[in-house]
Amino acid sequence: MRSVIDIKDLSTQEIEQIITVAEDIIKNPDKYAHKCSGKKLATLFFEPSTRTRLSFEAAMYELGGNVLSMSDAGSSSASKGESVADTAKVISCYADIIAMRHPKEGAPLVAATNASVPVINAGDGGHNHPTQTLADLLTIHREKGHFDNLTVGLCGDLKFGRTVHSLINALSRYKGINFVLISPEELKIPSYVKNEIKKCGLEYVQTKDLLEYMPKLDILYMTRVQKERFFNEEDYLRLKDSYILTPEKLATAKSDLCIMHPLPRVNEISVAVDKDPRACYFKQVLNGKFMRMALMLKLLGLED
Amino acid sequence: MNIDSIKNGIVIDHIEAGKGMEIYSLLHLDLLDCPVAIIKNVTSRKMGKKDIIKIDAEINLDMDILGYVAPEATVDIIKNGELCEKKKMTLPEKLTDVIFCKNPRCITTTEQELPHIFNLTNKAEKVYRCAYCESRATEN
Ligand SMILES: [Zn+2]
Repeated sequence: MRSVIDIKDLSTQEIEQIITVAEDIIKNPDKYAHKCSGKKLATLFFEPSTRTRLSFEAAMYELGGNVLSMSDAGSSSASKGESVADTAKVISCYADIIAMRHPKEGAPLVAATNASVPVINAGDGGHNHPTQTLADLLTIHREKGHFDNLTVGLCGDLKFGRTVHSLINALSRYKGINFVLISPEELKIPSYVKNEIKKCGLEYVQTKDLLEYMPKLDILYMTRVQKERFFNEEDYLRLKDSYILTPEKLATAKSDLCIMHPLPRVNEISVAVDKDPRACYFKQVLNGKFMRMALMLKLLGLED
Repeated sequence: MNIDSIKNGIVIDHIEAGKGMEIYSLLHLDLLDCPVAIIKNVTSRKMGKKDIIKIDAEINLDMDILGYVAPEATVDIIKNGELCEKKKMTLPEKLTDVIFCKNPRCITTTEQELPHIFNLTNKAEKVYRCAYCESRATEN
């Protein structure tokens, strides 16, 4: 049984196939409206993440399928005291595919090894969130038309932000990508991620200054700088404003820059930027739904 | 038991000095009925000092555990009093219940019956990562 727990579970070719299907769904939604009729998605959410759950559920409904929703899987009697392995076995009896979110890292892998239907990791703690990366990739592909030869700025919490690490892993498979890693000293990217970039023969620069490379960027991926990541409040207050994107900071940026954010944002992109045609973060949400549709079709063997 | 003459058994040689006891317990040699000898601080031309373990029985050694804990060791298989095979260690690709994940956010902390699985992710630097949470194994 094929599951997707980590973006690395998908080959470059498979990711591109999923993108092709997603772009076809966007063009011809009617063609896909009944593809999953008779199929059931179970959303097992052991911690609340309403937007991710709704995205999966909307995706299944738009494919003509049905949804079994366990939005409070962690507290419900159905799973109280039950192991993840047992829950996966039980839910496999009801559903054709499972989307699972869990606060503990690796829980979806445990589910996948025990389920008899495909499992999609919908986020396990701060660890993996492959469908977020798929949403990011479709957004880049739709905005830029390709993945090669892009200068990609990643800004904010690059140390703990796993969406950033996954996106780097996925983009490192392409030629001519330049990474601009923008973060405060405390939240610099871990060295093993930098080693992965080097191993792929790609270039990166590190900077603390959001403005330094702004004119060169094709993509600017913003993430949240969380207060709890700092040892003291002073450091946080001193730094937080330098990583807030405002229309003024975009003055030197390319006219076709693509501004992304995994959402929810707190204040790292000022609302004034939303009107800018280069703001792509709400499109990213929509793209996430299309990629979840395409991924479910693939895992259910229904993509053709 | 004459520790020099094993008829049919195993000699784990070239163990880094001081590691003999650890290997003895990790391989559960204490559970064996046959004679087992740990010889510590033997003079070695190559290593200065080394430990040796001799087991006077043909048992199945867990080569994965040994390869992880003592990659420098060699295993001599003795049959009819003669050296019949000399095995060198390799780092195992996967370790099950040899090292344990210490990441408090890992699923293994709440589901205690799960096996602790680590995969070799960087051979040159001997990096093992938890199969569930990808935390790097810390040397203890
Ligand atoms: Zn772990």
